[in-house]
Amino acid sequence: MREVAVVSAGMTPFGELWRHSLRDLFVEASLEALRNARADSVDAVYVGNMSGGQFVGQEHLAPLLVDQLGFRGVAATRVESACASGGAALRAAFLDVASGMSDVVLAAGVEKMNDGADVTGVLASAADQEAEVYHGVTFPGLYAMIARAHMEQHGTTLEDLAAVSVKNHRHGALNPKAQFRQEVTLEQVMNSSLVADPLRLLHCSPVSDGAAAVLLCPLSRAKEFTDRPVRIRASGLATSSMALAERRDPAFLDAVRLSASRAYKMAGLSPSGIDVAEVHDCFSIAEICVIEALCFVEPGRGGQAARTGETALGGRLPVNPSGGLKSKGHPVGATGIAQVIEIFDQLRGAAGERQVADAAIGLTQNMGGSGASSVVHIFERV
Amino acid sequence: MPSPRYWREIPARYRLEAARCGGCGAILYPVRRICPACRGETFSPVKLSRRGKVITSTVIHAAPTEFQMEAPYAMAVVETPEGARLMVQVADCDLEEVVPGTEVTLEFRRIRKEGKGGILCYGHKAVPVR
Repeated sequence: MREVAVVSAGMTPFGELWRHSLRDLFVEASLEALRNARADSVDAVYVGNMSGGQFVGQEHLAPLLVDQLGFRGVAATRVESACASGGAALRAAFLDVASGMSDVVLAAGVEKMNDGADVTGVLASAADQEAEVYHGVTFPGLYAMIARAHMEQHGTTLEDLAAVSVKNHRHGALNPKAQFRQEVTLEQVMNSSLVADPLRLLHCSPVSDGAAAVLLCPLSRAKEFTDRPVRIRASGLATSSMALAERRDPAFLDAVRLSASRAYKMAGLSPSGIDVAEVHDCFSIAEICVIEALCFVEPGRGGQAARTGETALGGRLPVNPSGGLKSKGHPVGATGIAQVIEIFDQLRGAAGERQVADAAIGLTQNMGGSGASSVVHIFERV
Repeated sequence: MPSPRYWREIPARYRLEAARCGGCGAILYPVRRICPACRGETFSPVKLSRRGKVITSTVIHAAPTEFQMEAPYAMAVVETPEGARLMVQVADCDLEEVVPGTEVTLEFRRIRKEGKGGILCYGHKAVPVR
């Protein structure tokens, strides 16, 4: 396999972008990535997108979007793994370059959620329709059940859950691309309206529009596009049971553990080698379970990490310096690529006020459904 | 949900039909072709007991469109004595009392109405044991 580098990035702001269509968002982010690298052609494009079909009635996105980008004829494929579609698209692009099939590949993610669709219903289609959705459960409901199991087993508190939201909003307030550039207090989180007990509105990531794109090429060619490439050291993907009820321990995200183990092994690194991470905090409890499954903290200690500042900027291992899905926004198909962009900036020393001092190794973790799919990538400063 | 799709689920939803894997003894609910634990393909039929205990739970306040009239309502993952786990609504309860460990019975109830015709769809809901 060849060494692969990320050489440039482009991203729209995340938010309720009423003036922009799905295709507008894709073109804006992709064009920025291409221009930053002064690249005028690509060999292949991978588009991460959860549900263009349900959100805006548009399937067959890959040919549509590359045509809009002026690349009619280019090999293009849409990649879907629910909210992990972006991470899965990056992995497809990585494998394409690593294998030697393609040299210059664009990995983009896009989602247009605010165009009138029944968002709760669309997102629920990432759960098991027959065994879960039929009975009236929602996505916040599934994560609420994960939260209650974690609280029961490990003594995680409502304050612990709220501390994740407070931390990520504090980070997101420093991010010009974030949907919510404002801090929230513990009291605001704990008094926000109930969505699915114990999860409240401010434990939940928002409904967002947005796109993000990165350009990949062999590390040996990276200097043609940038002075500061970032190497992809590892890619791990794993799956678990779709239905939450079928996991023996509902508070343990086994797909996350498996995807991380594969990535750590491929990189030849242990969790202590990671300097900064972007993880899938679709709900506050998700960040808690994910950092345990990534072995950043001992099992059951994920709840304390945000409260004690361990995972805040300036802490032992900053998690979600971008503001995470919670504050930055969560246009589902774009999220996995946006995570990569934050790590790309961090490892190039370009993260501004959010910069983690001397970050050399970064990790992204992107998750689908209630944890049925997870993609982990590890990146290294070159 | 078109009716053939609903009809196919009737053995699991109405009669709680499950299967025990001949290879490793795992309980599969709903039944499937290949055992997820050992990849075995031989099974014996099992009917689940209509009782169990709550493994984890929530109260849905922001409900899907079809369930908005019912919110807030409790939901739980319930484990039957055979070891099968089901996602179910919890009915006839004080929402606060549905917590991990709560003993429940599983009762045949109407779950939802489908489509413009309002087809009634059935299944099981949990009710706390008093």
